[in-house]
Order: sequence, then structure tokens, then C-alpha cells
Amino acid sequence: MWRRCLRSGMAAWLAAGLSAATPASAFIAYVSNEKSNTVSVIDTDKWSVTKTIKVGQRPRGIEFTRDSKFVLVAVGDDDKIEVIDAATQQVVDSLPSGPDPELFTQDAAGKTLYVANENDNTVTIIDLEKRVRIGDIQVGVEPEGMALSPDGKILINTSETTNMAHFIDTATRQIVANVLVDARPRFAEFKPDGSELWVSSEIGGTVSVIDPVKRTVTDKITFNIPGLRREAIQPVGIGITKDGKTAFIALGPANRIAVVDGTSHTVTKYLLVGQRVWHMAFTPDQKYLLVTNGVSNDVSVIDVAAQKVIKTIQVGELPWGITMAQQ
Amino acid sequence: MVRWLVGAIGLSVVATHALAAGPVEIGIGYLGYAGVKSKLSLVEQPSENDGIAGARLAIEDNNTTGKFLNQHFTLEEVRLKEGDDVAQAAVALAGRNGFIIADLPADALLKAADALRGGETVLLNAGSIDDRLREQDCRGNVIHVAPTRSMLADALAQYLVWKQWKRWMLVVGSHDQDKLYADALRRAAARFGAKIVQERVFEDTGGARRTDSGVTQIQRQMPVLTQQAPAYDVLVAADESEVFASYLPYRTWDPRPVAGSAGLVPTSWDAAQDQWGAIQMQNRFIKLNSRRMTALDMQAWTAARMIGEATSRTNSGEPKPVFDFLKRPDFSVAAFKGQRLTLRDWNLQLRQPILLVDGRMVVSVSPQEGFLHQVSELDTLGVDRPETRCKLH
Repeated sequence: MWRRCLRSGMAAWLAAGLSAATPASAFIAYVSNEKSNTVSVIDTDKWSVTKTIKVGQRPRGIEFTRDSKFVLVAVGDDDKIEVIDAATQQVVDSLPSGPDPELFTQDAAGKTLYVANENDNTVTIIDLEKRVRIGDIQVGVEPEGMALSPDGKILINTSETTNMAHFIDTATRQIVANVLVDARPRFAEFKPDGSELWVSSEIGGTVSVIDPVKRTVTDKITFNIPGLRREAIQPVGIGITKDGKTAFIALGPANRIAVVDGTSHTVTKYLLVGQRVWHMAFTPDQKYLLVTNGVSNDVSVIDVAAQKVIKTIQVGELPWGITMAQQ
Repeated sequence: MVRWLVGAIGLSVVATHALAAGPVEIGIGYLGYAGVKSKLSLVEQPSENDGIAGARLAIEDNNTTGKFLNQHFTLEEVRLKEGDDVAQAAVALAGRNGFIIADLPADALLKAADALRGGETVLLNAGSIDDRLREQDCRGNVIHVAPTRSMLADALAQYLVWKQWKRWMLVVGSHDQDKLYADALRRAAARFGAKIVQERVFEDTGGARRTDSGVTQIQRQMPVLTQQAPAYDVLVAADESEVFASYLPYRTWDPRPVAGSAGLVPTSWDAAQDQWGAIQMQNRFIKLNSRRMTALDMQAWTAARMIGEATSRTNSGEPKPVFDFLKRPDFSVAAFKGQRLTLRDWNLQLRQPILLVDGRMVVSVSPQEGFLHQVSELDTLGVDRPETRCKLH
């Protein structure tokens, strides 16, 4: 009897050991395909698309909720944000968003959503629990880029035709400062320690580094790719490593990612990826960076430490945004 | 009594200070002729506010930005009738506005420019495509936002050559503008390697443009006009006068595409343009003006936006600092055509991509891939620096 117990106990332990050995390390990336009206799901173990989810019209901004349970995707032509259940990988709900939502961002608690409404010069504020619009802020012409300061106190919105980064106090919902940047600012990203705000200017061809306290531009990152005409260098998405030391900037139709030293703000390398690279997401361990190549309909995988492109994954048409669960 | 008076003056001084704290007012004038030029196609008929509607949207956009910068823009429209004194109107408008956007034929534009010379007012040409305004008749106080005829012809030629449709039959109208367009097309053909296999002239014999059942006659006339041609790939029509080109597509003797003044048309903008964020532009325009946007609208919008761009970065509404800023080598403006637009420093012509449209879709955008240039690929369109006859003073 005792021997049987031991054997079954050992069997149970072995079984537990075996299931623990099954890799739970696969990260899942969700890619919005602006033209196909789908979201491609990528498994980072297989480095391939495991599912294609049908969503509403013109999906662009895409982001995991803070609890990593849902993926929010802005479907601009349907004037709403759809909610994908990450467990079932199906659309289960939709949120009001104001007209033509493009990019959005959430507060740290995951309770408030700030949405850029491109057509209306507005940022709409949504209560995520009650699922209602609770206010809006009038900003410049064609708002797109959205970023929250790490301490949650300041919301940044960039206006593409007004060429400004607006600093909005999240408590009062008032604009407290406006910083002029180069033409067509599309994306804003804080350094994880909040010491710098980076804003990309697509047509201006630069990335402005802004002091978030002084609210002035303290540096400008410029790009130069020998043999490539300057007009093709159109910075959009920005990704900065947790230690703030390395940044990756998508250069649009230059078809490259610029690797930038986070301290000196100089470009150290250019990585050739697919066509019209716009947005990116790190895996939670920041070992890999995935970038969306809109015109070649694929996603490139970059080994962050080696600073090399290791893989290309075909997705839907005109891939736009990408998000990964941060756990 | 005196004390009361002094008090009153004191109050008005305070009031003036309070007024002075208001936004910097920036006046932009719009100068053009009244009336619209009729088009052969009913769906292409321009609106009365063609052009200025674009400027109005730009004023709105500038004012949205201006809210954050304490700048406020206003637009003042002046419409001339045949026989009005252009120079006088320009000077009067310049008295109240530091900037004038003009939609004038070339001679009238030169009169306005010469009348304003020596003053500070900046004139922006949003309407005339004549190359001579940027060449032998260039003026130091004029910025050209409208493309030139040569830019339009080159844009078309590059695409036709890319398509390997290199044999052209050129049909030219009998008016001066038509001949200017034909000149530009001949130059473009030589420049990019197309061959004009034959030229024909369509004489304008007058008569009503629109008749009730005339289409049955046109159906017979056009094939006759185009029969017995040597082998060709594309019929290129130079008909700025709107007499015949729109009648050509699908009626040529040989089954051939039409390009130029009808069919595949080069233009600075079209309501069908939806790339590079243009949908936002188109939506804003339709919302404000309840109609679709034309090339002239976009040219006027771009002119007013250039002013707004400069005032926001110089923090000034005065024409001199704004003009200096616009002439800086690093000046550029974003205008929904996928790349920055800059000014050619030798004649102040705005470099820009040119759309090739068929009336419903944007077929292509020039410059075409493969046409290279050491400074800017946009300079493969139009008259380039080494060729220019402009000497700006």
C-alpha cells in the first residue's frame, strides 16, 4: 500500500514536473491590419500567425488593457473601439470612442482611456469600467500621438497639422503647455523613468527630445542614410528599452529602424526591415522587438541585444499597430 | 471736470492695454476674378468659391493652432471684374493685409506684383501655372504655390514613359494656353524619351458648349478627327481652353488611352486623393464647404498654411520675418502628399509631387520611381536650376 502510494505520488510529481516543463514563455502579439480589417495574432515561439481575428473597419491603434486580459483596437471607420478577449481571441465588446479614433492610451490603473479623434481635433476621455464618454479636450488639428507620463499626471497629445505636442493635466483636463515640433508629429513616447519625452515628426524627418519639466525641446535626433533621399526618412513609432539606454525609431518609407543611443541621442545603426515601417512592440522581457511593415504586409522581428533582424512574418494587409501583453 | 477727464483717459489707456493683450491679428487677402471658367464636363463645373474655400479651411486650421500661440488669422476676399485695376486692388488689399493669396492670370499677377514691389506684402501665386512667371518674368516678392505647366507635363510624361507608352499623338487646341501646354508636353517628351509621332490641331470654331442632343454628333466627329493616325500608344490632348479634349476618351478611332487635358490628367490635387493622411484633409474640407476639394482649393490651402507655419515658428505676424522664414533653406511644409514640400530658392516655386488622376481615382503620383536627381527628385519635374532664366533681385 505504501509502495503504491509512493509510486502514484512519484507519478503525480513527474506529471506535474512535465507540465511545468511545457514552455509558458510564448508571448502573444496582436497586429492590426488597417486594410484587411483584421487582427493577426503572432506566437513568439513559433514566430508565425496563429489566428486572424475579424474586426471592424480600419483598425489602427491597438493596445492590451493594463490587466492583460483584453486587447483594445480602434476601428476608425466604425467610430468605436473593439474589445478582444485575450483568452478566447474573439471580439466580445465595443467601447464608445468619439468619431474616427486612431491612437489611444490608458492610465496605469486601466480605468481611463484617452482617445485621439483625428477628424474632430479632439481627445475623448472614456471611463473604461462604466464604458462611457466622460469628457473631451480640444486640441490642435489632426490629433494622433498619445502618451501618458509615467507618473500619470500629464497626458501628451500630438497634433499633426498644428505641429505641436500638447501637455494636458490629467486632473484638470486642461492644456498646460504646447511645444512646437517639426512637421507632422505622429508619435510620443516617454522614457520609462519620465526624464525625457520623445516626439517623432514624420514630414520634418526628426525626433524631438523634450524636457518634460521645462517643456522645451532640448535636442533633435536627425537621420542620414547614404544613398537614400532625405524625404523618404519619415520617423513614426518609437520604442525605448526599460533602462532608457537604447531606443528604436521606425523610419517609414526609409524601410529601416534607427537604433539610437538613449543618452547621446545619436544614431548608432540602421536595421533594414520591410516597407513603410511604422509601429513596434517589445516582448515583455525586451529580448525581441516586433515592427509592422505596412506596405510589405509583414512584421519584422529584431533581436534587441544583437541588434539584428532575425525573422519576417507575413500578416494581413497594411499592418499598422502592434501590442504585446506585458507579463 | 478735468479730474473726470483725466480719469476717463486713464481708463481708456488701461482698456487699450487690455486690448493689446489680445491675440496678434494676421490678415491674409485673397485676390481673384469673379466668375468661373466653364468646363465641358458637368461634374467638373467649378464652384463660385473655388480656391478661396481652401484658404478658408486653412484659416480655420491656422486659428486652431493660433489658439495656442495667441495668433488669430482673418481672410479678406476681393473679387475683380473685367476691366478693374488689378494694381490698385492689390495695393488697397495690401494696406490691410500683410499677405495676399492670388488666383490671377499671369499678366494680372505681374501687375499686382509690380505694384507691391518695395512694400513688405508677400504675394502667393495659388492660381497661375505659367512657366514665364518663374522664369524670365520672375519676381522677388512672389511665392509660387501652384505648380507650373512644365511640372504638370513632366509628371505625365514620366508616368507614360514608365508605362512604356512612348508613342504619342498630340492633339492641340487653337488658343494660346493650349499651345503653351503643347510646348510643355513637347519638352517633356524630349526630356524623358517619348516620341510624338504626329500632331493635329483642333480648331475652335466657336458655338455653344452645351447642347441638348449634340452628343450624337460628337460621337461621329471624334473618330473622324483621330482616324488615319500613324501607330501610337497614347493620345495626348492639349486643351486648356475646354473645347474638345473631354470628348476624346472612348471615341478615338483606335482604341487608345487619352491623357493631358482629359483622360489621365496631371494635377496638384484631387478629391480622390486618400493617401498619406489626406482623408483627414478631405473630410475637414467637405465638412466646412459642403463640396469636394479641387486643386485650386488645395493650392490656396497650402499657401495659407505656409503662412501659418511661418508665423507659428517665428512667433510673428509681420510679413518680413515670415517671408524671411519661408525663404530659409530648411523651410518645409506638410501637405498630405507623402513628403515635405520645399521652395526652390532660385525662383520661389514650391516643389511638390504631382498626382495623375482619371476623375475617380488617383492613378499614380510623380516623380516616378527611377527618375533620379542629385538634390531632390521633385526637381525632375519642371524647369531645374541649371536651366532657369530667373534672376531674382
